[in-house]
Amino acid sequence: MKGLRRFLDKAKPNFMPGGKYAKFQSVFEGFETFLLTPNTTSATGVHIHDSNDSKRTMSVVILALMPALLFGIYNIGYQHYLAIGNAEAGFAAMFVYGLIALLPKIVVSYAVGLGIEFIGAQIRKHEIQEGFLVTGILIPMICPINTPVWMIAVATAFAVVFAKEVFGGTGMNIFNVALITRAVLFFGYPAKMSGDAAFVATDPVLGLGAGTVTDAFSGATPLGQAAIHAGTAEIQLTNIVGEPISVLDAFIGLIPGSVGEVSTLCILIGAAILLLTGIASWKIMCSVFAGGFLMALLANTFATPDYPVSMLSPGYQLCLGGFAFAAVFMATDPVTGARTETGKYIYGFMIGVLAILIRVYNGGFPEGAMLAVLFMNAFAPLIDHCVVSANISRRLKRAKANNN
Amino acid sequence: MLSKKNKEVLFNPFSKNNPVIVQVLGICSVLAVTAKLEPAIVMGISVTAVLAFANVIISLIRKTIPTNIRIIVQLVVVAALVIIVDQILKAYNYEVSKALSVFIGLIITNCILMGRLEAFALSNGPWDSFLDGVGNGIGYAMILVVVGFVRELLGSGTVFGFQVIPQSFYDMGYMNNGLMILPPMALITVACIIWVHRSRNKDLQEK
Repeated sequence: MKGLRRFLDKAKPNFMPGGKYAKFQSVFEGFETFLLTPNTTSATGVHIHDSNDSKRTMSVVILALMPALLFGIYNIGYQHYLAIGNAEAGFAAMFVYGLIALLPKIVVSYAVGLGIEFIGAQIRKHEIQEGFLVTGILIPMICPINTPVWMIAVATAFAVVFAKEVFGGTGMNIFNVALITRAVLFFGYPAKMSGDAAFVATDPVLGLGAGTVTDAFSGATPLGQAAIHAGTAEIQLTNIVGEPISVLDAFIGLIPGSVGEVSTLCILIGAAILLLTGIASWKIMCSVFAGGFLMALLANTFATPDYPVSMLSPGYQLCLGGFAFAAVFMATDPVTGARTETGKYIYGFMIGVLAILIRVYNGGFPEGAMLAVLFMNAFAPLIDHCVVSANISRRLKRAKANNN
Repeated sequence: MLSKKNKEVLFNPFSKNNPVIVQVLGICSVLAVTAKLEPAIVMGISVTAVLAFANVIISLIRKTIPTNIRIIVQLVVVAALVIIVDQILKAYNYEVSKALSVFIGLIITNCILMGRLEAFALSNGPWDSFLDGVGNGIGYAMILVVVGFVRELLGSGTVFGFQVIPQSFYDMGYMNNGLMILPPMALITVACIIWVHRSRNKDLQEK
């Protein structure tokens, strides 16, 4: 630690105004505060400082994402070897395949996003903001594995500039930047973001996992299968080689889907980390699940073959697709969510309801979690406003009653 | 032929006083007709023609119009001109006319027209009004063309319906961006033009 401090102190003059690398001052400060807590203190008044600044917060969120990410990497390999009829390839081979397939996407997402952040911070002479640390890992996790790397680069650049920088950078954005990236991909390149060819990697990477796809293979996700189900018979969801899957399978997550969203179990481990450290709001998280469960129950009660997804039981609805991931990692984003305590219940509940509503009753979109969160992002300030003004009028009334 | 004032009237709407990117008028049609370049150009020409002649007509009769009913008179003049344009388009370029559908008819409600008639034609002579109409029409058409070009190029890979992005790009995995065809991207493209324009013209920026 002391060595690190001394090294940074020695390098610092070069980056101060007038120094050799003054242009990279914001970059230097970013790294310095990332490595060591700054010892700047307030000059006036009484302040309470907590060591848990936004950089530490982001690190904990990254930690919470790790179980879902690692499982997602394994699942990429598992689905691939299952598709080529070699399900006994072993844990190591599957994990390495998934890692090699996913790594370029993570690198590109970080390189493009951080690059734009650095340039933006330098132009405005701001400090580097750390918000992209989390966004950068979320983007590859919410995309299908077969999304081309250049598309991720284009969409990330678009989202960082238009959803974040134009609003004033980290902490000022109205919409969740990772979800805007996904929305750009989803509406810009629908062929690569949905359908049967998007969610299972069938090509070998770097010579690993070569083989031809078996005859029984179908790359449709469980929600995709449900959406095209016809008739009144109960829906039997299957994995990619036609074996039936239960709610428990969907919960554990060895099913096709976007990288990070498949395993509800691992997402819940992440949720536990976020809640124990007090970073995410349990009110939002629980109310998303409550809203989703009630809506799924309602849809299931009035199930009709016209909307085949409504025939899925609430258990499936909560475990399949991106619902759990959105509830734990997207809805709880403190920047774009509701801030008032009562507002958090309303905000979360509406996300849950809308996600299932879109999924069940809109045939065009097999998954609704992304759109539900983005939609409620737009309404969060309104919810807050209503809660605050209700509070004000209640207290005014009370004051009046006391005066009389 | 063109005095200094004439030049200002004609050229100001191109940049400093552009109806779309400075006054933010006529946004509805910018959204609706710019997915392809050809309809965008036809729309630009139509609006320029209607605006120029409506300006001239209103300017000629400006002293006889009773103030109380001037909006109605303006509407009648514009509506008559729009119908003429619509019929000409249907007769000579039916495909584009179909692509533009109701938006030719909706030129009547284009805020640029009412704005110019109210603000300029009612208080200036016919020649000035004609130049003002042409200037504003071209200012509007310029933005339409830029937006239409960007959206057609990125959304369909074509310009005027001819493929300009080489097939080899598609073979390597390039894809057209479907979002560009959707209306939101028209707004975002216009916003980008406004962004560039304002950062180049410091006097347009609010303090």
